[in-house]
Parts: sequence; C-alpha cells; structure tokens
Amino acid sequence: MHNKNNLKGWLYLLPALVFVGVFMVYPLIDVMVYSVEEGYNFASQSYNGVGLYNYSYVLHDPYFLQAIKNTFILVMITVPLSTTIALLISLALNSISKLKDLFQTIFFLPYVTNTLAVGLVFMILFKKTAYSDGLINMFVNLFGGRSIDFITGSYSAKMFVMCLYTIWVVLPFKILILTSALASVPKVYYSAAEVDGTGSFRTFYKITLPMISPMIFYLVITGFIGAFKAYSDEVALFGTDLNSAGMNTIVGYIYDMLYGNSGGYPSFASAAAIILFAIVLTITVINLMVSRKVAVK
Amino acid sequence: MKIVLEHLTKQFISRHDANEIVTAVNDFDFEIPDGKLVGLLGPSGCGKSTTLNLICGLEVPTEGKIYFGDLDVTNLPPENRGVGMVFQNYALYPHFTVRQNIVFPLENLKGEEKMTREQMNEKAMEVAKLVQIDTLMERKPSELSGGQQQRVAIARALVKTPGVLLLDEPLSNLDARLRLQTREQIRRIQKETGITTIFVTHDQEEAMSISDLIIVMKDGVMQQMGEPQDVYNHPVNLFVAKFLGTPAINVFDGEIKNKKLYIGDDCIGKCDADDQEVYVGIRPEGFIPSEKGSLKCRFDRIETTGRDTSVVCHNEHCISDEDVRAIVDSDEKIVHKDGITRFDLRKGKYHIFSKKDEKVIDA
Ligand SMILES: Nc1ncnc2c1ncn2[C@@H]1O[C@H](COP(=O)(O)OP(=O)(O)OP(=O)(O)O)[C@@H](O)[C@H]1O
Ligand SMILES: [Mg+2]
Repeated sequence: MHNKNNLKGWLYLLPALVFVGVFMVYPLIDVMVYSVEEGYNFASQSYNGVGLYNYSYVLHDPYFLQAIKNTFILVMITVPLSTTIALLISLALNSISKLKDLFQTIFFLPYVTNTLAVGLVFMILFKKTAYSDGLINMFVNLFGGRSIDFITGSYSAKMFVMCLYTIWVVLPFKILILTSALASVPKVYYSAAEVDGTGSFRTFYKITLPMISPMIFYLVITGFIGAFKAYSDEVALFGTDLNSAGMNTIVGYIYDMLYGNSGGYPSFASAAAIILFAIVLTITVINLMVSRKVAVK
Repeated sequence: MKIVLEHLTKQFISRHDANEIVTAVNDFDFEIPDGKLVGLLGPSGCGKSTTLNLICGLEVPTEGKIYFGDLDVTNLPPENRGVGMVFQNYALYPHFTVRQNIVFPLENLKGEEKMTREQMNEKAMEVAKLVQIDTLMERKPSELSGGQQQRVAIARALVKTPGVLLLDEPLSNLDARLRLQTREQIRRIQKETGITTIFVTHDQEEAMSISDLIIVMKDGVMQQMGEPQDVYNHPVNLFVAKFLGTPAINVFDGEIKNKKLYIGDDCIGKCDADDQEVYVGIRPEGFIPSEKGSLKCRFDRIETTGRDTSVVCHNEHCISDEDVRAIVDSDEKIVHKDGITRFDLRKGKYHIFSKKDEKVIDA
C-alpha cells in the first residue's frame, strides 16, 4: 500500500522532474564536464585531456579577477544598502495614512518600467554628450566642482554609478515586499507595546524587526543571488566591451568567453560558471544558516 | 485606585461612510470604586473595547475626562497611567519566551524606576507564581495552551503592579471548561492583588458570576450599573432585562387597565400606573404552576437539562420567543387540562416596561 502510494507520488512529480532534469541537472553536469576537458576544440569537438587547467587559467586571468572584484563590491554594497533603504522607505510609507496607496504605486512604478527607460534616465543623469556633461554634473558644476566622468572615467566613479543603478533597479520590489510585510504585523502588538511604554526605536527593534525578519532574509538571499548574476545592467551603462571598461562581472566574463570578442572558449566559460556556482551556493548556505539561527533565537 | 469617568464621549468617523459619525462611547458619567472587579457587559459593537482603550489611553476621548483617584489622566500617555492591559487575543510576542514576554514591560522602565536584571527576573517569577505559570517560563507562546497564554498575558499586565487592570474579553478564546476555571483564576488574582479591574465580556453569565459590579451598555450608552444580582432583580429597562439571565426573560405584550395588569384577557396582577400598553417581562423562575393560576398557556412539553426542569408552553402574546419557558421545581406536578397550564407569578420576578421608552414601570 505504502509503496504503491509512493510510486503514484513519483508519477505525479514526473513531468516536473523531467523538466528539472533536462533544463537544470543535465546542463549543470554538462558544464562540469566541459570545465575539466582541457584544450577543447570547438570545430572538431575534441579535447586532449582531463584536468583542472581550465580553472587554473581562469583564476589567473586578470579579466576574471577584475570581474570577481567588481561583482563582490557590487554585492557587498548594493544588497545591504538597498535592503536598508527599502526598509526605511517602507517604514515611512507604513506610517503615513493619507495618500498611502498613491505613494505605494509611485514607488512600485520603476519595477514595471522598462529597463531601457531606466537606462535612459541614467544616461541623462550621468552621461557626457556633445551637449552636456549630464544632469548630475550640472549640479556638481553649480556647487563649484569639476565635472566627473561617470561612464568612462575613474574606477570609483564608474562603480558608484553601477551600484546606484543596481540599487535603483532592485528597490521597488523590495519596497513592495517590505510594505506588505510591515502591514501584516498585527496592530495589537503595537498597542500592547504602547501600553507598556515601549519607545519607538525599541518597538521597531524588538517587535517589528523580528516579525518581518523572514521577509528580510528572503530579500537578502535573493538579493545576493541576483547581484552575483548581474550583467545586463552593466551593459546598459557601459556598453558591451566591459573588459576594457574594467567593469565586467562574472556572468559578463562567462558570456564573453562563450560569444564575446574573445569568444569560443566554452571550457574556460564553464570553469568560470562552476566557480560562480560554488560562490553563490556557499553564500546562500551561509545565509540560510544565519537566518535559521536568528529565527530559532 | 478609583476610576472616574466624566461625560466621556468617543466618536469615530465611520469605516464605511466618511460622512457618518459613530458614537462608540456616549456620555459616560460614573465612578468605579477602588479595588472592585467590574464586568463591562454588552452586545458586540456596543463600545466595550473603545471604553477600555479610552481608560488605558490608547484612544483619545472626543469629550470628557478620566480620573484615576484624584489625578486627571485624560491627556497622559498609556505608560504614565499605571494600567495593565490584557488584549482579546493576548498579543503575546511570538518570538519571545514567556519570561521575555513578562519582563518586557520592566525593560522599558527609565530613570529611577530602572531595575537590574535580577530584580526583573525576581519580579517576573513573582507574578508568574501568582498566575501559576512559573514552570513554563522558557517556553514560547506557541507551545502553550490557550488558558496558559491567557495567564501569561495577565502576568505581563500585572508585572508593573498597575493601579488598574483592564481585560478585553479575556475568556472568549477558551473552551467552556477552561472558561470556568480561568474566570475563577481571574477572580482569585483580583482578590489577592486588590487591583481595580475592569473586564469586558459579552457573556452575561460570566460577568454575573465573578463581578462585584456590572455595567451594562448598549450602542455606546451606559444602561445600568450595580451589583449583579441587583441589576438582575431590578432592571431599569427592557434591554437590560433581556440581556441578563439564561434562559432569557419571557416578554409579553400587556396592558394596564384600571390599575390592573393584563396579558391578553388574563389579569395577572395589580399596577398603580396609568392605563397604557406595556411589555411584561417574566423571568423563567417567576412562574408558579397552579391550578387556579391567572396566566393561561398552551402546554407543549417538559424539558430537563441538568438540574433544571422547565415547562415549555405557548402564549400568543409572548413576543420574545415562540416558546414560553418556565423553570419549576423538579418535584412540582404540572397539571394541564385540555392542553392548558396555568401559572401564578412570583412577586419581583416579573417587570413591567412602558411601550413608549421601554423603561421600567413600578408595579
Ligand atoms: N478606529 C475606529 N474607526 C471607526 N469606527 C470604530 C473604530 N473603533 C471602533 N469603531 C466603531 O465603534 C463601535 C464600537 O466598537 P468596539 O470595538 O468598542 O465594540 P465592542 O463592544 O468592543 O465590540 P466586540 O464585542 O465585537 O469586541 C463599533 O460600531 C465600531 O465599528
Ligand atoms: Mg471588543
């Protein structure tokens, strides 16, 4: 009886398992296989050995190291910052009563707006053209500063724009999640806290934060994963040749290895992809462990 | 601490229609004596919770004043009033243990009142013992039964030794047996601490059984206040008479004619008031079966529930329910001739109300 039921269960799962197998597990294994095949030749589909040379090559490639550095800076700055800013905005939204819906809509608009439109806005803000140095530089000039080249200038200026852009793009979704998380905290807890004379900061820290912590962890985990996979936003800002701009990301490097100017190296790309996979996996496991520990506490 | 409400009124803008104003509490003007357990009683939506919220300071009155003792607390924030509040669904913080929940109000204390960790734990243990949850201190609220959660909530409300304890429907989430137990606990805790306590309920039996005083309200208006038995025996209007007592009072259409009180053609007693149409409310225990009784009813059946024997019969003038219910002695013989039972009425167990304003008329 038990076995029969088990079989039935697996049968129901079969379609999903087939899809997961074909589109997730098989490619992953395939990429792993590629990544250890040395001297793979695209035209003849042959290779001359198995080993870790691809990994060694990638890990010694200055472009890859630059990409790793960029990605880590991006992740470490944008995830905490965007989550904090989203939380502050959500708290503000939650505390106003008038026009709340209107503001919520306004803050959510960028989420449904085309990325290209957002890119355009950033161009107007930051890009130097024949006619102007960009809106931000106009202000910089107004206060007596010299124009900064955000798109082709110094590394820190470019990194600044890149982080700002990423935060801007991920903010609406986080605000949406956090405002609904805040709204779902039962009002009676705040009444109880008020009767007990709890200050507003303590109320936030001791009551609100623990109650919305599952949502915050969700945002942090998906935020990390999303930021590690960043690529398209960088292209939108700095163009396709990210390596020479010094603004490449890990995914960008993988793409370049496959199809870019230096393309045609699936083995190197695979090795880089596996390294990215390992990084994301590690970070996610750490995140989950931390969140579980905090939740138990 | 005695609580004085002076012309206290609270109005809300209606949730449904912004142009409509709901008067949740209408001109409350009375005094709750020190150290009493007071039951605030009324149907759903009559403003009980709003009254408690006004007293504890979560709501600001539209008009009127509140005094604790001689101190005007109308404009004091909740934490400066010295009140403890138990919310309807307890509002225990789910991520804290029982101990952390109880200690939480103490951690908020500032200045001179500030306590050391040991003092806090000691104090928490003291109230936990009082409500008998001292063995559950390290559990989370989700690991407790409803009755235990209830007691944790009371402990948290008591830990700052408030002058006033407020409980909003403290028993409504408990099953019948636990309700009985818990209400006795509340009674005991109140007696031991001597804290002036107001508890809200819409269950009249609950209020009657443990309160020193009950306050009956309807649609934001205080109807009557007094000792439970007194209010039961001398209701000031039809609403109070109907609200108190199970089984409920039987209400009949009646008439006063020439100083005599009639239900239909049956003259059931004398009355000094002027001739008029009235309601007659007869408590179930107010019927005395008697062969020569003045009130005639069509006999239907006899019901025995536990220790009560009730005679169920019909009378076309009864408007409260299709059945007239009379509780009688179990060894009383019920005689019915041609399907008609006759009753005499027990003095003081029936009340006459004017049809105009439903106020009581003295017999
Ligand atoms: N914040 C508010 N805004 C608008 N109307 C309110 C508000 N709070 C209460 N009311 C209204 O005031 C009236 C009294 O509400 P209250 O919660 O005090 O009733 P209650 O006696 O506690 O009822 P219940 O037994 O159902 O808890 C109701 O008509 C309610 O709709
Ligand atoms: Mg209520």
